[in-house]
Amino acid sequence: MNWQLLPQFAITGLLNGGPIALIALGIVLIFKSSEIFNFAQGQMLLIGTMATWWFASPEGMGLPLPLAILAALGVSILLGLAIERFTLRPMTGQPLLSIILMTLALSQFLQGLTILIFGTVQRNFPVIFEVTNPYKITLPFQYNGNPIIVILKQNLVWSFIIAMVCVLVLWVFFQYTNTGLAMRATAEDHETAQSVGIRINRVFGISWAIAGIIANIGGILIATASGLDLSLPVVVLAAFPAVLLGGLESIPGAVVGGLVIGLAQGLVGLPNNDFFLGPEMAQAVRNSAEIVPYIILLVVLLFRPDGLFGQKRIERI
Amino acid sequence: MAVLRPAGDFDRTYEQDMAVLRQRWQYIVLFLFLLALFTLPVYATDSAVSLVNRIGIFIIAVQGLNILTGYTGQISLGQAAFMTVGGYTSALLMSELGWNFFLALPAAALVAGIVGLIFGLPSLRVKGFYLVMATLGAQFIIPWITRNMFKDVLNGAQGISVPVPIIKLPVIANQCFLGTQYDSDLAACVFRFATPSQFIYITLVMLIITTVVSHNISRSRLGRAFISIRDNDLAAELLGINLFTYKLRAFFLAAVYAGISGSLLAHNLRHINSETVTLVDSVFFLGMLVAGGLGTSVGPIFGATLVTLLEEFATVITPVVISILPDVAAGATAALRPLVFGLALMLFLIFEPRGLAHRWILIKAAWRLRPFSH
Repeated sequence: MNWQLLPQFAITGLLNGGPIALIALGIVLIFKSSEIFNFAQGQMLLIGTMATWWFASPEGMGLPLPLAILAALGVSILLGLAIERFTLRPMTGQPLLSIILMTLALSQFLQGLTILIFGTVQRNFPVIFEVTNPYKITLPFQYNGNPIIVILKQNLVWSFIIAMVCVLVLWVFFQYTNTGLAMRATAEDHETAQSVGIRINRVFGISWAIAGIIANIGGILIATASGLDLSLPVVVLAAFPAVLLGGLESIPGAVVGGLVIGLAQGLVGLPNNDFFLGPEMAQAVRNSAEIVPYIILLVVLLFRPDGLFGQKRIERI
Repeated sequence: MAVLRPAGDFDRTYEQDMAVLRQRWQYIVLFLFLLALFTLPVYATDSAVSLVNRIGIFIIAVQGLNILTGYTGQISLGQAAFMTVGGYTSALLMSELGWNFFLALPAAALVAGIVGLIFGLPSLRVKGFYLVMATLGAQFIIPWITRNMFKDVLNGAQGISVPVPIIKLPVIANQCFLGTQYDSDLAACVFRFATPSQFIYITLVMLIITTVVSHNISRSRLGRAFISIRDNDLAAELLGINLFTYKLRAFFLAAVYAGISGSLLAHNLRHINSETVTLVDSVFFLGMLVAGGLGTSVGPIFGATLVTLLEEFATVITPVVISILPDVAAGATAALRPLVFGLALMLFLIFEPRGLAHRWILIKAAWRLRPFSH
């Protein structure tokens, strides 16, 4: 085990967890208000990011980046509203399986639609953060007499900061605005919310619109770091376990879940751990970033079926 | 819906009451249908035969999922992963240990079933979305294992080539019978199931077996226990049904079916790797099940046929789409398959959530009542 590199991998992983936490938050948001687990979040993210690219790149509209992002956010809001109105509102009152399948069908449909509109080519996403000058941080402790230096790409740090700012803004929104309070009331109980005059269809629409915005921002943050192509939704597959890890209904849970998943994905990439595993196993462990979220999830589900922060459901299964 | 019967069709014995086919014309229709299927290689083109072959293999996987999701109500996104297990197992048993295919197939089903049991364990504690996630975990972990571990046997991401199933018959009086060819390496008469038009016989025989078994499960004590768990698990437990063991039985059966299906698919394609069946296929299987009709015996057959034909349709209209939208030429096939499937599934969920099986019952009822409408 190369302890010298441990802080580097841990911090990189944790920072990577920022966008994952943001995407997980989008899923939690929809689940809280309408009890729908949105498997199509990855494709919403893909369409939003593709739209950003199209508005910004010279091949498309060629708008300046801030305008392009605003325009793309508009597209994402419309997409979220359309999804809610035309595919999920007809499903109100249907069993769980139908609703899960509806979002799965939606994910396939949107995937096809994206390819039909934007093609399968890898796109050069506009560079938002400086690439060349990574931040160098010297940690205030030493290992074997050597100072420990952590090198962080700028986009990694700024993605994390932006993701956390978004989380904070959402928290303020839920805590202090009328709409946010109405959404929390709807999440608590649909009928009670209706009886105090909240239009819950409007709340569902707003939560899908916000989820669209969050997905779009998350997609942009990931695309600036790793490029834009059709594999973008794969990132979201790491956010699903993050959601359940924290508990389906919990906003802090989604953030903690995202960070834990990012941290774990960073740590398994740590090199030189074939000391007691043997070279082949060590290689396998280094490649395990895609399954680590699910292994953590399975373990958590066995011991805490409601996640770390989820509501305890009083029922027998 | 009560089963409508023609006037004068009464049951006099218990056997008549339990019969699936109760009239002579039903036997005749079934016989003609099976005859048409088994003689398919004689009159149909190769591509049609391989299409039917693929449909048959998918039907088996969806039948397994039907036991788990349709009857027991446990949603699973891991069916494709269990197919991968089945495919690798029978391929390795044949190539590494030299087993006969007809022993390797049940062994593969059993191994897949045991793996299914392991991933069914969380169903003890979780349900709904949490269970979907646990089975999604299987869908990630199993292909990852085939890519990254035991590389000397599983050959990593490239996967392994799968042997051709053969039947060996002894040489009788220096001659080979029943369409077999003499093989000097094996010193026996051999029938090789290499092309789809030969392999389809294995698929059809397995399909008949799995259909009969799953239909009979659905109307036995086991199937009724499954249905009671789906409808109300608390009530089921009060009736004396051990939820844990019955849920695990459902997972086991679903994975056994997936194992059979995966083994057939691997031996049909002659190659298997972690990309042969993926998460998207698991989603497709669920879609097939809903399009066909959850919790019905005919549902998987209708659903798998419809969705596979839709995919075929997407391939057929690809040139048309390319002529309208020349920009997407490269991605048109990749786009149309999920697009058509997603759209069809969404329409089914909104307008016909009970699937084609329900439509089939309505058609049969209308036919029996003809010329009256009630």
